[in-house]
Amino acid sequence: MSKLDSRIPAGPLKDKWKNHKDHMNLVAPNNRDKIDIIVVGTGLAGGSAAATLAEQGYNVKAFCYQDSPRRAHSIAAQGGINAAKNYQGDGDSTYRLFYDTIKGGDYRAREANVYRLAEVSANIIDQCVSQGVPFGRDYGGQLDNRSFGGVQVKRTFYAKGQTGQQLLLGAYSSMSRQIGKGRIKMYNRHEMMELVIVDGKARGIIARNLVTGEIERHSAHAVVIASGGYGNVYFLSTNAMGSNVSAAWKIHKKGAYFANPCYVQIHPTCIPVHGTQQSKLTLMSESLRNSGRIWVPKKIEDSVAIREGKLRPENIKEEDRDYYLERRYPAFGNLVPRDVASRAGKERCDAGFGIENNETKEGVYLDFSTEIIKKGKEAAIEKHIHNPTDQQIYDLGKAWIEEKYGNLFVMYEKITADDPYKTPMKIYPAVHYTMGGVWVDYNLQSTIPGCFVIGEANFSDHGANRLGASALMQGLADGYFVLPYTIADYLSADIRTGTIPTNSEDFDKAEKEIKDKVDFFLNNKGTYSVDHFHKKLGHIMWNKVGMGRTPEGLKEAIAEIAQVKKEFWADVKVPGDADGMNTELEKAFRVADFIELGQLMAIDALHRNESCGGHFREDHATSEGEAERDDVNFKYVGAWEYQTDDITTEVLHKEDLIYENIEVKARSYK
Amino acid sequence: MSAKKGLHLTLKIWRQKNSKTKGQFETYKISDVSTDSSFLEMLDILNENIINEGKEPIAFDHDCREGICGMCSLYINGRAHGPDTGITTCQLHMRMFKDGETIVIEPWRSAAFPVIKDLMVDRSAFDRVMAAGGFISVNTSGNTLDANAIPVPKEDADKAMDAAACIGCGACVATCKNGSAMLFVGAKVSQFALLPQGRVEAKRRVLNMVKAMDEEGFGNCSNTGACEIECPKGISLENIARMNREYMAALVDQG
Repeated sequence: MSKLDSRIPAGPLKDKWKNHKDHMNLVAPNNRDKIDIIVVGTGLAGGSAAATLAEQGYNVKAFCYQDSPRRAHSIAAQGGINAAKNYQGDGDSTYRLFYDTIKGGDYRAREANVYRLAEVSANIIDQCVSQGVPFGRDYGGQLDNRSFGGVQVKRTFYAKGQTGQQLLLGAYSSMSRQIGKGRIKMYNRHEMMELVIVDGKARGIIARNLVTGEIERHSAHAVVIASGGYGNVYFLSTNAMGSNVSAAWKIHKKGAYFANPCYVQIHPTCIPVHGTQQSKLTLMSESLRNSGRIWVPKKIEDSVAIREGKLRPENIKEEDRDYYLERRYPAFGNLVPRDVASRAGKERCDAGFGIENNETKEGVYLDFSTEIIKKGKEAAIEKHIHNPTDQQIYDLGKAWIEEKYGNLFVMYEKITADDPYKTPMKIYPAVHYTMGGVWVDYNLQSTIPGCFVIGEANFSDHGANRLGASALMQGLADGYFVLPYTIADYLSADIRTGTIPTNSEDFDKAEKEIKDKVDFFLNNKGTYSVDHFHKKLGHIMWNKVGMGRTPEGLKEAIAEIAQVKKEFWADVKVPGDADGMNTELEKAFRVADFIELGQLMAIDALHRNESCGGHFREDHATSEGEAERDDVNFKYVGAWEYQTDDITTEVLHKEDLIYENIEVKARSYK
Repeated sequence: MSAKKGLHLTLKIWRQKNSKTKGQFETYKISDVSTDSSFLEMLDILNENIINEGKEPIAFDHDCREGICGMCSLYINGRAHGPDTGITTCQLHMRMFKDGETIVIEPWRSAAFPVIKDLMVDRSAFDRVMAAGGFISVNTSGNTLDANAIPVPKEDADKAMDAAACIGCGACVATCKNGSAMLFVGAKVSQFALLPQGRVEAKRRVLNMVKAMDEEGFGNCSNTGACEIECPKGISLENIARMNREYMAALVDQG
């Protein structure tokens, strides 16, 4: 029997959230300190949730694997956060933000959730400004906005190229305030190892203190998972090295359904892979596409000459450049959504036009020269410089770019040793964000009662694809404005329960399982390091469950991952001991989970006989190479139920997606 | 673009089991390191070699590897974040080194940052200073003023952003001969002091943060300026001056 009750409130779309809030149960202020809540992960979602819940009066225990909540990977988001403020007067509204997000998600997200997201987006900006987040402003002292992919209004708020950092520091400072008051007990350098279920409800976790190696028991009345995405399944991705899926995967194995695992966002503007020693990929903000034009040479011989170092891109004439996004998608041009831009880049590179001198010849140009001249001319007029010289125009234009994106240009130069003011940036798509995640209902509760999942770790708001500047929005919306209401509805039944004891059989059993696994890893004495298996997995995932997927490739991937799993458990080598910092042991636990999830991703991708958003099946494409959706057969959320260690036995449950307020149509950015 | 070359290097690396034991330098050889690799990727390769020999790899802190999370550290050839300016260790690339070079790698050195293991240190003192006042006391209810209700002069917003860019890596403390955290604290005090939202409790904030900073065992500032030079985010000494002004004003007010 399926447990998929989405609990979407009845009534008109625009009133659903308000009505729902009006009718949910509350926990009175004087009862909140009788309730303990565990929050796993302290990025935008977890950090904002922990701060808000503590402020409301609950006892919060927050966990993160980093040395401080301030380091959560939300910090690396660069470009901005969307909000339907319509400060620019260009026709933005809650409905339009909702519509763009649903369309951007290729009609595979929930209408009610996305509408709620758009609705609270404006509050997020108000909240963050009041916390002292230094958003970019114009000379009148008002907030400035920029535009992002898939959108024709300016609704993106930004703090230089460090928006994620500033929003996270805002949440972290709110957390710090509660830590100082003793309302949040913070567990840095701790990892959640297992969920503890008592009488069918999530009642605690087993955590490992990464510094001492101690296995600890923590109980609570509810557990909130805010552990982010699983892009590191691919080994190379833009995710932080420690970002992992373990918390989400552990609850999946305890009964939480995992939805749409095959939906992975491949971001179009990363620095290309340089070689076999690479450990991770670096993203260049999507905001750069506001000012940069993407191209490859028109003539294949020019691409070959560039790769061989015989030709510089600056020397290729304008008419010999193929601005393929502007050519194919005139309405949105360089600002098409990420999945469209990524595939178009792959198509050119597959056809032999890639410009990077690496093993795969993958790479396209992101060129700022047109913008430098345009902005230079504008600035010259503003400064009353008549007949400016070319050098003056260039200098003024460069200054404008520097003001807007300076830190990103410096970052690029440090990594590649190329000066992007002089020569175009080289970019290529890379794994960035995961839209799939733990299945949750409208209240953000998983199929395990008392276990809530927020932010990137859940599946609900982005569908098959995610538009830029919407991840930060979802993280903070869930943490500040959604979960604190919905969790109260669940907790209202717990005001008389009292503290959950940790000396129960359920805790004993969960702890023993983890201790046994630690012993196994340390005593296995295999031949290969954890990374050896992780790289193997990543290679299979990128080649066969990456930007283009075929049924044959996916079947191969499922079999090959099963083999990697077998080899991993037989032959992994983890040095060191259990009673102290042991980074290899940490990785071993995480990679064990990545392997299982990777297989489920391939299984999900194989079953979904259509192309949508980040899931592009080469056997489901139009004659023009665009994604071909199948709304008749696949307009649903695919949620998987765990059975046994053999991932191929997982059972699929479907939640039909019902669109009452918008017309589902082919996504066109032409 | 630099040609891809394989470097052969000698590494002297600080090894220390935990905060209670004594540490010492160990020497390692590594070959064929691509000049396109980052410094941390070089350490990854070394660790892979060490694991293959059945020994324990070197523990070092790192996470985003994009220069923003502030997790990576390392004293390299006597400099915080190594021989370049305006970068974190994860952004340091091997093209900065020569073939055959010897590289000395140590953890952050400061009493307030005890070693956890090898090159990894405990920077939680920063978190405690933040908890003492590094925030604006506003509830996270969302029922706040419209974001545009209080205009903020662009110059102030930009300066606040420059101060807020601090990533809390601790290079300032590690490089300071006094182990002072004044650049870190000054940056946070400045960010909020420059914004109208933060002015309300500015005095209380600076008093509490400075007190916490002293209690954590950070030293005082003697205006050497090394922190500013080694700061990967270019946080300026101006922030220390602003904190001092804020602090003096708050003290005077307090009587």
